[in-house]
Amino acid sequence: MTMESVLVLTHADESGLALTRGSLEAVTAGRELAGRLSASLAIGIVAADPTAPAPALAGTNARLLGVSGEAFAQARYGTDAAACEALCRAAQATIVLAPSSSRFARVAAGVSHRLGGVIDTHITAIADGDSVQVTRWFYRQRLEAVLGRAQRPWFLLLDGGACAAYASAPGAVTVEQVPVDLSPLRTTVIGLRTPTQDAETIRPDANLLFVAGAGWTKKQPDGLAHADEAAQLILRFLHACGASLGSSKSLVDQGSDGHSVLPFLTHMNQIGQTGATPRHPKGLSTCCHGEEPHVVGWRFIGERRAISLDPNCGWTRGKADVVYIADAFKVMNRVNAILEENS
Amino acid sequence: MSLHIVVCAEIVPDPLQTLEPVAGANGPGLKNEMVLPAVLDPWAASALYEAAHLAAKNTGSKVWLVSLGPKAKLQQVMMTIAQKVAFELVPVDGPIGGFTDAHATAAVLADAINAIPGLEKAELLLFGGWESATRGAGVTLQLIGERLGIADQFQGVDQIEVRDDGSFEVLERVEGGRHQVSVCAGAPAVLGWATGKLPEPRNNPQMGMANMRTLMPAPQKARPAALDSNGLHYASVSQPKQQRSTRVVKDMTPDQIAAELVEWMGTK
Repeated sequence: MTMESVLVLTHADESGLALTRGSLEAVTAGRELAGRLSASLAIGIVAADPTAPAPALAGTNARLLGVSGEAFAQARYGTDAAACEALCRAAQATIVLAPSSSRFARVAAGVSHRLGGVIDTHITAIADGDSVQVTRWFYRQRLEAVLGRAQRPWFLLLDGGACAAYASAPGAVTVEQVPVDLSPLRTTVIGLRTPTQDAETIRPDANLLFVAGAGWTKKQPDGLAHADEAAQLILRFLHACGASLGSSKSLVDQGSDGHSVLPFLTHMNQIGQTGATPRHPKGLSTCCHGEEPHVVGWRFIGERRAISLDPNCGWTRGKADVVYIADAFKVMNRVNAILEENS
Repeated sequence: MSLHIVVCAEIVPDPLQTLEPVAGANGPGLKNEMVLPAVLDPWAASALYEAAHLAAKNTGSKVWLVSLGPKAKLQQVMMTIAQKVAFELVPVDGPIGGFTDAHATAAVLADAINAIPGLEKAELLLFGGWESATRGAGVTLQLIGERLGIADQFQGVDQIEVRDDGSFEVLERVEGGRHQVSVCAGAPAVLGWATGKLPEPRNNPQMGMANMRTLMPAPQKARPAALDSNGLHYASVSQPKQQRSTRVVKDMTPDQIAAELVEWMGTK
């Protein structure tokens, strides 16, 4: 059996002073895997100054490698791929773990190709045992598979929440600087475009995912649609409890088709087949009568409740823990009133 | 300014179908896979619509659609897509499904792109979905880009604005519902699209007739391709067994439901 060596690729957050949560989760996975396989462990850091976040890794007893320079302060294919390639060549690892962040998801496959390796992404678990086997979903979270690879190096991108984030007291560390050959850059990163505060409705760390379905903009018992009222109810709720907003595809698509729509919704709110599959401890779906949010979009939601006017909605049965057969306008109005009284 | 846009898109089972895994001679597959209704991969379809929109705005531009799948199935799905936007189909006759190896798929697609007559690599914008609805790995487009030597890649793209000098501004999805804004000097580049900004185009019979002239014979010329497993092996493939015991509440007032929900939600 080949002796394995493990490299964990990490990157700094936007402050440049700390590693991202996903990076620290990958460190936990790397320590567990290296320990189980009796393999060596190295951690690579991509940052403008890798010595800034490195002290948080003092307790890992891993070999620390870093690339440094302003070019690595921002996420960009050309620079990040070169950095990760250099770190991998320096570590000579057979298994490379990294978080499924937008930054590493953009480059990891390209790096695996440069190194003659292979890659699997969206890993949700690494199985115990002598060999390395990993779990991931296929067909948009409809089928779950356990798979292995004979080829090395094998890159594994870990989904958020697959492991606990590594935490220990900071201490003195030595970071080996790894030189990187950069080709002339053709891409300039301008920055991040953030929605205005009122429109900021996607909150990955929220306790609750609130799912809005197309029913919010349909005709109500008075024969009229009340999209404006629906928008106000939902925004008040999000403001009062800090929930993250997800939406069904049908509701988001209404905007493109010229129908009344909730003004703050974009395709980025969409969950399901062509949207996100977010992770939150709790989820509440409202006015939603489709399969996508309840099957695919809710795959990684812990406790699930729904408000629906349809007692026979087949998509909530077996997917939600509780379904309230009620008018979501009335219920959410009362929920908002209670939350606002309590605040 | 003319653009040469290649869109990589696969056909996938209709999302409303129930999928059941079966073990096959070459690894796992789907039960009745060949007779399941198929559609163009949703995110790749966004890429195709954005490509067609971009080509229409830039005179002399052209869109090729490169797709790997059983040729009969490809022809069936493309008959529908051909009603919406103008493109030239480059089919590759090979296996369908999410359990194949992405590296092998990328190698086959890169070869197909390299063999396109008249394609100017220096003007190439390689489009596709940022993830597929089958494997959902988000790696195939990157791997093709590397094989074609393209060093500027963008994933989770929602918008591109091409300027007169050929450079373009691109918006990529990043964490927290935000976009990263970058400016690239120009083609060649890889863009893995998320949903983009455009609605699905309406069917246009005249467009369909124009596309049919090249689309009908194309699958007959499709090059056959076999996919290497690259040492990939599956220990198990299964449907999730999470079936919750749902409590259906019909007899509570909105006030009572609201109170119960607030208690359940707990603190912020």
